Amino acid sequence: MSSASNDRPNPAFYALLGTLIFMAIGPVVLMFVNSFKLDIDIISGTSGLFFLPTIQNYEAALCDVLWYEPEHLDYCAIRFGGAFKNSIIIALISTVLTLVIGCMAAYGITRFRFMGRDTVSFATLAVRMVPPAVLLVPVFGLWNNTFCLDRDGMIGGFIRDTFGGRGDVCLAGTHSGIILIYVAMNLPFVIWILQSFIVQVPRSLEEAARVDGANPFQVFYMVVLPLIKPGLAAAAIFTFRIAWNEYLLASALADRDTKTVPILIVNNTSEFNIEWGVIMATGMLLAIPPIIFTLIASKQIITGMTAGAVKG
Amino acid sequence: MFMAPALIIMAVALFYPLMYMVYGSFREWDPSQSLSESDFIGIANYTKLWSDEAFRESLAVTLTFAFSVVIIEMILGVGLALLLDRKLRGMSVLRTLFILPMMIAPVVVGLMWRFMYHPTDGTFNRWLTALGIDRVDWLGDHALLSVIIADIWQWTPFIFILALAALQSLPRSALEAARIDGATGWQQIVHIKLPLMAPVLIVTMLLRLIDAFKVLEVILVMTEGGPGLSTEIMALRIARTAQEFRELGEAAAMSNYLLLMLMILTMLMYGFSRWQEIREQRLKMAAKEEI
Repeated sequence: MSSASNDRPNPAFYALLGTLIFMAIGPVVLMFVNSFKLDIDIISGTSGLFFLPTIQNYEAALCDVLWYEPEHLDYCAIRFGGAFKNSIIIALISTVLTLVIGCMAAYGITRFRFMGRDTVSFATLAVRMVPPAVLLVPVFGLWNNTFCLDRDGMIGGFIRDTFGGRGDVCLAGTHSGIILIYVAMNLPFVIWILQSFIVQVPRSLEEAARVDGANPFQVFYMVVLPLIKPGLAAAAIFTFRIAWNEYLLASALADRDTKTVPILIVNNTSEFNIEWGVIMATGMLLAIPPIIFTLIASKQIITGMTAGAVKG
Repeated sequence: MFMAPALIIMAVALFYPLMYMVYGSFREWDPSQSLSESDFIGIANYTKLWSDEAFRESLAVTLTFAFSVVIIEMILGVGLALLLDRKLRGMSVLRTLFILPMMIAPVVVGLMWRFMYHPTDGTFNRWLTALGIDRVDWLGDHALLSVIIADIWQWTPFIFILALAALQSLPRSALEAARIDGATGWQQIVHIKLPLMAPVLIVTMLLRLIDAFKVLEVILVMTEGGPGLSTEIMALRIARTAQEFRELGEAAAMSNYLLLMLMILTMLMYGFSRWQEIREQRLKMAAKEEI
């Protein structure tokens, strides 16, 4: 490399750039292309670009939610549609909950000096340290045994009388069970990133609002919230991404009706003979929301990422 | 009042489970029983693990994986940051493309690489055949290496982006002074850029190391820990012990070992950033006194 950053980049520099871009997005593009191929085309591997694109794989993946019946399918084997609904429900609700609760907590910390900044950043780090695999055992045990409404209890009895079932209602196997653990896992990070934004909101603004007769909640929703939108975006993307992509805890907690998409993908790859086309179409569908977020909000994502490391 | 919901949720769903796990690791615990019905067996779970061949193997695999991945990623990421540190119009586009691999679900990343490593239909073996070289059994004979390559693909950009951010916030004056004094490009890197970036780089490295111990889904989809135990990292072993062998007590003990390792890393990192802050404050104080 030559000495300074202001001399002209040479061709080798652009070649390096090109290689890097190719390496970074090559596998994604490959999956995208393959998801439009029939299995025969994928395996015979006649050169990558010449093939007849087909949406059969997507039809097969979503066969239980399509409004028409694809001709090439006589039986709807893999039911991804339901899993997509579950994934969307879980990811959206846990993102919203985390943001609302996290916002309140971050505001409380910075404005009422409830705990020090240090405590928060330490908690963030401590939780970041805990691998999902470590949470697997206790969460599995607790959600199945302890966090249940007893059949004799009032609420449990009410649920049983209304909906039927075996009597005791446990968190395991419900959407709310999975949502609860995701919210808990993401809260420290969200609180931490939001409070770094709230600190920058000038106090005089809030005081002005209060003089005009706003109560603390109004001050928060009408003055503070609009000013920390970038922070909210970063926090939302990170929370959504974790809830949307997570596999292990969901697989421990979900039952037949609450499976999320990652679980189905894993279940369908562990067999010896993989239907590449269909599974790649599903993978592509799972990858689309994060890809869209990346393309429209990469700045916020990088903010969140660098903030996590530089001030850890 | 504002804090209450956050505190309650974290206490119920995070701290209580962790305590519960520590408690459970001292018991003979079966998924069909509730914890209070199980027998107390002291530290038997912990000692049993040390004589367990499979556990030691998976510990070795975890350490090999984590350290080789982090070292290679640091070298590549920092090297690329140094190379690409120029005023470039397309830089933000480049960064956007680079963070894609990190945003996509690990399960999907595993899927893509599993396809590319496929012994007959995979991309790599196609290329090798086209070049007239013998096929390589990627996920068979070189499973650990293949898994490491996939992780490097996914996470080098993370280090690249952080290193680049650190590089671009360096004080221009120091670099200019060096240039005027006639330092070559290489000397600038070794004596000025790297030492000034060191604080951020160390934190980045520790963060990445912590994350490397948590990798699970990519490996699960690519190899399922196989062949044999050659890629069974500890996170995977915990999941299998709990779900297949139904030894919750043992899995809990294993989780505690993993947690302990990560705790040491975290303490190192926290201690380091504290030390950094204190040193900075002292430098500032000293500067003030001089004035």
